[in-house]
Amino acid sequence: MTDIQTDRNTFTPPEVLTVGFTVNGQYHRFNVGTEAHEISPTHTLSWTLRETLGLTGTKVSCDQGACGCCTVIMDGKAVLSCKILTIECDGKTITTIEGLKERTSGALDPIQQAFIDHNAFQCGYCTPGMIMTTKALLDEKSHPTEQEIKEALSGNFCRCISHYQVITAVLSVVESRK
Amino acid sequence: MDDTYRYIGKPIPRRDAAAIVTGAAVFLDDLRFDNLLHGKVLRSPHAHARINRIDKSKAEALPGVKAVLTWEDIPDWRGGTPRTVRVLDEKVRYVGDATALVAATTPEIAEEALDLIEVDYKVLPAVIDMDSALKPGAPLVYDEFPGNIVPGGTIIYGPNCLKGVERGDVAKGFAEADVITEGTFGYENIPNALPPESVGAVAQWEEPDKVTVWATSQAPYMDKVTLFHVFNRQVEIRSIGNHVGGSFGTKIMCWQVQAYAVLLSRATGRPVKVVFTKEEHLAAFTLRVASRLQAKVGIKNDGTLTAIQGTWYVDTGYYSFTTQAQVAVGSGELMIMAQCPNWDLKNFIVTTNRNASGSTRGFGGQELKSSFIPLLSLAMEKADLDPFEVLKKNFVKPGGGYFWRDGEWYDYRGIDYSKAMDTGAERFGWKEKWKGWLKPTSVDGPKRTGIGVGVHGNADIGEDAAEAYVQIDYNGTATIFLCVAEHGTGQKSNYVRMAAEVLQIPLDRIAMSPADSLVTPFEFGPVGSRGTYAIGSAVINAAEDAKQKLFDLFAPKLGADPEDLETADGVVTVKGHPEKSLKWRALGNDRTVLGYGRFESDFTLCNCMMSFVEAGVDTETGKVSLESVVLATDVGRIIDPLGIEGQLNGCIGSAGIDTAVFEETILNPSSGHMLNPNLIDYKWRTFEELPPIEHVVLETPIPSHRFNAVGVGEISTAPGPSAVLMAVSNAVGTWFHEYPVTPQKVLKALGKIDTERRGGSR
Repeated sequence: MTDIQTDRNTFTPPEVLTVGFTVNGQYHRFNVGTEAHEISPTHTLSWTLRETLGLTGTKVSCDQGACGCCTVIMDGKAVLSCKILTIECDGKTITTIEGLKERTSGALDPIQQAFIDHNAFQCGYCTPGMIMTTKALLDEKSHPTEQEIKEALSGNFCRCISHYQVITAVLSVVESRK
Repeated sequence: MDDTYRYIGKPIPRRDAAAIVTGAAVFLDDLRFDNLLHGKVLRSPHAHARINRIDKSKAEALPGVKAVLTWEDIPDWRGGTPRTVRVLDEKVRYVGDATALVAATTPEIAEEALDLIEVDYKVLPAVIDMDSALKPGAPLVYDEFPGNIVPGGTIIYGPNCLKGVERGDVAKGFAEADVITEGTFGYENIPNALPPESVGAVAQWEEPDKVTVWATSQAPYMDKVTLFHVFNRQVEIRSIGNHVGGSFGTKIMCWQVQAYAVLLSRATGRPVKVVFTKEEHLAAFTLRVASRLQAKVGIKNDGTLTAIQGTWYVDTGYYSFTTQAQVAVGSGELMIMAQCPNWDLKNFIVTTNRNASGSTRGFGGQELKSSFIPLLSLAMEKADLDPFEVLKKNFVKPGGGYFWRDGEWYDYRGIDYSKAMDTGAERFGWKEKWKGWLKPTSVDGPKRTGIGVGVHGNADIGEDAAEAYVQIDYNGTATIFLCVAEHGTGQKSNYVRMAAEVLQIPLDRIAMSPADSLVTPFEFGPVGSRGTYAIGSAVINAAEDAKQKLFDLFAPKLGADPEDLETADGVVTVKGHPEKSLKWRALGNDRTVLGYGRFESDFTLCNCMMSFVEAGVDTETGKVSLESVVLATDVGRIIDPLGIEGQLNGCIGSAGIDTAVFEETILNPSSGHMLNPNLIDYKWRTFEELPPIEHVVLETPIPSHRFNAVGVGEISTAPGPSAVLMAVSNAVGTWFHEYPVTPQKVLKALGKIDTERRGGSR
């Protein structure tokens, strides 16, 4: 990778590099390059998801890794897609908010349904990130305590203060698993 | 209270809930356009400078760049109040002011082009704050505004726009007072309401003089009106709204980003998107106004206010869009919470070389109140009065009144909110916790707690005209045509409930038009808690009008008078004769029935919010924590129980209570640079720091519209900040009059650090 010139105008790849990863169960492989259909070395994962794959459910707010709006799940962990370069994602398995529905029936994930039932959003801009963080938490730990839920979500900012209703919603999912 | 409603007050999910939780809700940046170009803004590094020369040739030569615009390339388009601010000017007035616009095929190329634009500035002396701006002979931000004072009044509030409060005889009032206090108090930390979605717009120009604008504003129709004037009334504008990722009042100030997109589209013939980075959102978009009050208040020993006199200085930054309106509304709101016979309250709007302040939830009232209640607290302490009792006593009641924004006096015809306040005090435990002024509620080692209270009311719940259409179709469905973009309050779903209740058809039989000025009538936008009463009335009136027209059509067919008809679930029936009925289907599939609803301003009602706060202070670290928050209100009738809970929880964020605890925008006082324009340095409260919060929401019918409801969402933030100052003052036993009460200020007050000492010795 060291001989890749990142200057857009002089960029001449020594060979055709590719990056391949799975998003919501579908495998994608791209050439690395600067054309619209390629993955630029400067592209963040959030950019690729939104602009190249059209998965605009992943939101970008601070674009600096502070707010958690862009959270997706990569290999089972909640990650900030604005802080990951797409060319680092070779071989990864990624789930976005669009991938939470049951694939054949279209049924919502219980977390999504709980967010609806408890009105756990206001403007909804931070909501996909909140849900993905929750999903990663509940996949890892089926019965977290309220404090563990708060800790897991502490990197997800919300300006409307949906926090209280989010906690109620997540606790209801935990409760339903008992 | 009778509860025969099918939808009003029921815990029904919002219509857009599934879209939001699946990522399908479409916000501005999610829209897709063919041939889209990306716009970026070159911004000034100087607080005040004249542009001698701009060389854009290198930027224009960069492959992928489609347009570079400077002040010399654009029409004389201006905004602001008064309309003096050019979209691009030969002068820059704050660090971040726009100097050039670029459109390119990718955002990266546009950014690269910004670096290639060479600007030769002549740096001018700057006035970063009110003190320097008001000095005799200070440099002028605008030649048009001598002394850096912006003219008062805004034409949208009419020729007599409230510019201050003069009433009765203040000399007489002070003579009658048992206690008089005076001083200077401020709420000057210019916090940012900062919705998560940044500010942006997409424009598609059509020659010779048409443009379509998609924007992040919750009030698309007002954008059309604003831009019409900005573009010298020569451009035909279609304005379309989407899901809005929070606004908190700020995004009605999107005219600049919209103008950037329009100019770039006009220059390229292609759709152009401009979305501010988070740094631009923080440093080059609306802050709260800075408020400073030099005033004197007189009070009797029984808590009766006798006189209020003073001058309110409002720092609007480098221009005003709504500040005159905020001064008008804020002054009226102070009258609502402080019923007093004698007033002399003047104000000055000051322009400075920093980012603009303007419309934010609380809209002048939060700012003035956060400055006034500390002054009143000194008087209440001197008279040994319980602040809860004084605030309750002086809030407007039937028989009272106030001047409102148009300069007219309004006799208040609403309810007495004392019951809501009493219930809130009881829930909070005010009587048990109140130990007297500057006395802590509890002391536990280094940890102390204290309590505070604030109150706010707003007659803007009935502000501005609203219009809606409701169309009835033969198949038992209806469509609402309304120009409101959903910005998080859930009001769009509530309008469907209201129409469904009038027409007695299921919610899923009602569709709603997009917020598109081409297809809807006028709507001012969901601001000032006006969504429930003002906009709701327009929808209700439109639905009632449609129903009336349907009855007029069906009455002859049923052999009855229209007033003898009723309808439910798509069937019209003669009252008392269920056998005499006709389905809406009898309209025939070649006919629709269109109802029109309009609401005219009504300032004779106001809402009310009281905030109770228990603050904890760690006297070792200086950290202030919120131990308990209780909000008390009466909304007449709850339309959306889940939604109102969220709106009230919102009292903490969006430049609310936390502006008293830690939120502030920090400027370099010599250069004017913003030092914390990112979400790492501009702190937000996280999940782990949530205080216990409770709400008291009473339902005493209020004479608004047929559902007897008023909105309260906007004002949930307003009474909080001063309540925090009061609580911390009581916990520590010394007055805190400056926002926010950071650990540094607490430790300094406790004599544990000396912030003045600098340097060393050897």
